[in-house]
Amino acid sequence: MSTSAIVMMVVAMLVMWGGLAVSVVNLLRQGAVEDRAEDA
Amino acid sequence: MGTTAGRVPEQAAEERRRGSFSSRRVFILAAIGSAVGLGNIWRFPYVAYENGGGAFLVPYLVALLTAGIPFLLLDYAIGHRHRGSAPLSFARLRRGTEGLGWWQVAICFVIAVYYAAVLAWALRYTFFSLDQAWGPDPEAFFFGEFLQAGDVAVTADVVPGVLVPLALVWLAVLVIMALGVQRGIGLTSLVFIPVLVLAFVALVVQALLLPGAGAGLDALFTPDWSALTSASVWAAAFGQIFFSLSVGFGIMITYASYVRRREDMVGSGLVVGFSNSGFELLAGIGVFAALGFMAQAGGVAVDEVASGGIGLAFIAFPTIISEAPAGALLGVLFFGSLVIAGITSLISVIEVVISAVRDKLETSRLTATLAVGVPVAVLSLVLFSTTSGIYVLDVVDHFVNQYGILVVALVSMLVVAWGLRALTGLGEHLNVHGRPRVGAGWRVLTSVVAPAGLAVVLVLALRDDLETPYEGYPTWLLAVFGWGMAVALPIVGFLLARLRWRAGTHLDGPPPGSDPAAPLHVTPTTELAPGSGHEGGRR
Repeated sequence: MSTSAIVMMVVAMLVMWGGLAVSVVNLLRQGAVEDRAEDA
Repeated sequence: MGTTAGRVPEQAAEERRRGSFSSRRVFILAAIGSAVGLGNIWRFPYVAYENGGGAFLVPYLVALLTAGIPFLLLDYAIGHRHRGSAPLSFARLRRGTEGLGWWQVAICFVIAVYYAAVLAWALRYTFFSLDQAWGPDPEAFFFGEFLQAGDVAVTADVVPGVLVPLALVWLAVLVIMALGVQRGIGLTSLVFIPVLVLAFVALVVQALLLPGAGAGLDALFTPDWSALTSASVWAAAFGQIFFSLSVGFGIMITYASYVRRREDMVGSGLVVGFSNSGFELLAGIGVFAALGFMAQAGGVAVDEVASGGIGLAFIAFPTIISEAPAGALLGVLFFGSLVIAGITSLISVIEVVISAVRDKLETSRLTATLAVGVPVAVLSLVLFSTTSGIYVLDVVDHFVNQYGILVVALVSMLVVAWGLRALTGLGEHLNVHGRPRVGAGWRVLTSVVAPAGLAVVLVLALRDDLETPYEGYPTWLLAVFGWGMAVALPIVGFLLARLRWRAGTHLDGPPPGSDPAAPLHVTPTTELAPGSGHEGGRR
């Protein structure tokens, strides 16, 4: 594989799978905050 | 199963009547199941390769963030706030827009009819993979021995090899639909989506270990930066995002209406959007690694074997499976993934129709499933298990996507944003429990950027189809199953909107008890007040 292809593949993975990871963490944290508010 | 304890009486009764997802996780998996379909596996890799390779990532991400996810959130807001099928949600938004919902229902009806046929082919090919039944010439086998495709015409010559798996697909789908929102759609998604991801990861690993895989990935990811100056490349990115996310034709409105009122729909939408794109990337890597192997085995360049759609799945992949080590495993993983991804998408499409019929006519789940499912299944069997099935399928698929989904999505967005000026209220609804919050930026993206992107895609498609008859098919075939069908769908939709709602249906605004800002444990004096919760936002 060429260097530019490797770079673009890595960037694509970071953006799409990283974006997924960040959005899952955001949702879990938001859920935890809601649960604490409900308990209170 | 969902509990109605602690909810307002109207909402509890409505949830019992319509059904609901038991948790956020089930909803997200169902929405991912709807979004991740055949297009993720066989469309995205080739679209990316054809439109700049690695450089396609730029317009693709722009389209995802500026149009795809904002539009997804709009669908969620409409369904979650108005708690109804597409027609009921639009009727509650404004009575006169109910026809838009039925137009979406009509589109889903048509898609369900032909989509099942492709699943039937994939199901059959899962078993063909075990002994490579296609022999030395997969193309001749597919069109000749398997589909028995003759001249371009509409015939009644039944192909038993398609009829039987198609009937099995419909039987399975109708059983799932009859089981209901949680026990049918929810549990199917809960099981199928993890299985799909595991199967596809295994396929990608196997494909990456094949000789020549690097050349395939090189072809897919090497950027052609000059492509970024082409309008058609940007249109391809917006088109891919819209077709792939299942937005704009009722599915996400319907699914969102089954979600508990106190739920983060923005965060859920981000997870669904990135899951869909993440799976597309995975598919791109697996498909092009396998195509790289195919090119090396044939002693040709990757561009000579690169393909998408039916050609990729039923001609290129069988060739790869025949030549690859442990090809039977590769075949079962590939076609099994197509079947699973397709089933979870098909049930979401048919749910749009069932949900609308239930809301309108107050029928039981089983009655609505049979009233919708049996005619769809019979039509599907009659049209697509014959020797002319593939031609009709190709034309219907092209026109219902380009001039059904795109047009109704564009019209709906313009009506909601500019006609009804409902974005502020819908944004407030999302913000009650949603994080990150949506604001003016979301409203601009939804009212300007996303419609503009859709309009460009539509104009370019229209120009192409008017210049050259699609795939060179005869005029009568395009007129009946293409243009005629596309024109008939909104007419049917607005005619269905003239039917009267069941007695007692709440129209004109979100139903009582749907306010996500209202407390869970409520006093009857506040929550039973007529019209409570109509504004939806935090007060």
